Amino acid sequence: MSQWTLFEVFIRSKHGLNHKHVGSVHAADAEMAIENARELYTRRNEGVSIWVTPSAQITATASDEKEALFDPSEDKVYRHASFYELPEEVGHM
Amino acid sequence: MYAQLVETGTKKLKTLDEMGPEERAFQERIDAEIKIEAKNWMPDSYRKTLIRQISQHAHSEIVGMLPEGNWVTRAPTLKRKLQLMAKIQDEAGHGLYLYSAMETLGADRDEEIDKLHTGRAKYSSIFNYPTLNWADMGAVGWLVDGAAIVNQVPLQRTSYGPYARAMIRVCKEESFHQRQGYEILLHMMRHGTEAQQEMVQDAINRLWWPALMMFGPSDEHSPNSAQSMAWKIKRHTNDELRQRFIDQTIPQLEVLGCTVPDPDLKWNEETGHYDFGEIQWDEFNRVIQGHGPCNTERLNARRNAHENGAWVRAAAVAHAEKKQKAVA
Repeated sequence: MSQWTLFEVFIRSKHGLNHKHVGSVHAADAEMAIENARELYTRRNEGVSIWVTPSAQITATASDEKEALFDPSEDKVYRHASFYELPEEVGHM
Repeated sequence: MYAQLVETGTKKLKTLDEMGPEERAFQERIDAEIKIEAKNWMPDSYRKTLIRQISQHAHSEIVGMLPEGNWVTRAPTLKRKLQLMAKIQDEAGHGLYLYSAMETLGADRDEEIDKLHTGRAKYSSIFNYPTLNWADMGAVGWLVDGAAIVNQVPLQRTSYGPYARAMIRVCKEESFHQRQGYEILLHMMRHGTEAQQEMVQDAINRLWWPALMMFGPSDEHSPNSAQSMAWKIKRHTNDELRQRFIDQTIPQLEVLGCTVPDPDLKWNEETGHYDFGEIQWDEFNRVIQGHGPCNTERLNARRNAHENGAWVRAAAVAHAEKKQKAVA
């Protein structure tokens, strides 16, 4: 079975929400991956839509790139609404 | 549950000063409660211990379907049959979540399953006991899944991310198992004939001690616990979890109106826990080494299922290839 393709499974739990990664399944092809994912991840109304993609098709960031990629946004507090202080009489903005 | 004797390959805990820079960073990350993910550096022994523990856990879920499968065609009503099938399907699902978590560590699923089929990998000792009457389905759900829950709830915080996430999913589903088991017993006790009530007591008598053994050897005979705890793979010792299970279960036993086969069981006002009798560890060791009542039967059933299912796997591949060609 390990020779079968490994697929990553993404489920949309409700209309209007994003598909979210839930896990993986082995399958002979994509159609079977969908069937397996349905049995494995949506036995209790967990989803309204399933995506599968071969795991090998996913390109990911490496863990040693974490600082270079994500640290620069840490010191840009001015990108958040809470950075800007307004007088109370302005009310909710 | 379900992982009882997991070798860590380490004799003595290292202090932070004795570790190289990589291992030290790894241990500091664990101490800070940051999850280890598949691509992070980890000591080889941590990786191997996890593969052993997660595969053992997965095998237990898969073999755990067999004692229940025995009762699918014998369930007393259609309702009970549907519930039992849903539970068994959950166990298969739990096995698959766990095999996936194990694969993120670089282990090969076929290889690990082959280790199970050739007797080189363990699974929980509890599944080597037979399920002799319908009340056993109740007692398995209540006691065996109950013990599994006590074991698995802290594993939701285990240090390896994919294992912890699999456990969160498993725990969500597991409480249905325990409640349906308890309800089977309660129904027999409150609405059953005298013979059916005796069946309940008989099931508890046979499964009580094996359920307590599910937590593994006592702390003083658990040489691998210290390392597993330092790595935060395990969050509590075997004896702590066993005590927690007993303390939770005895009040439920009293509601049923049943007893457990332990003359030493009594509430201890001073400690705030139940005292209980000596566990027969030679029985535990016999069963885990392959000499329990059903070890051979369970492994044969697994091997037969795998071998007799070979044509289904081959057909699935042939079908996928045929469709591929039709597209090309």
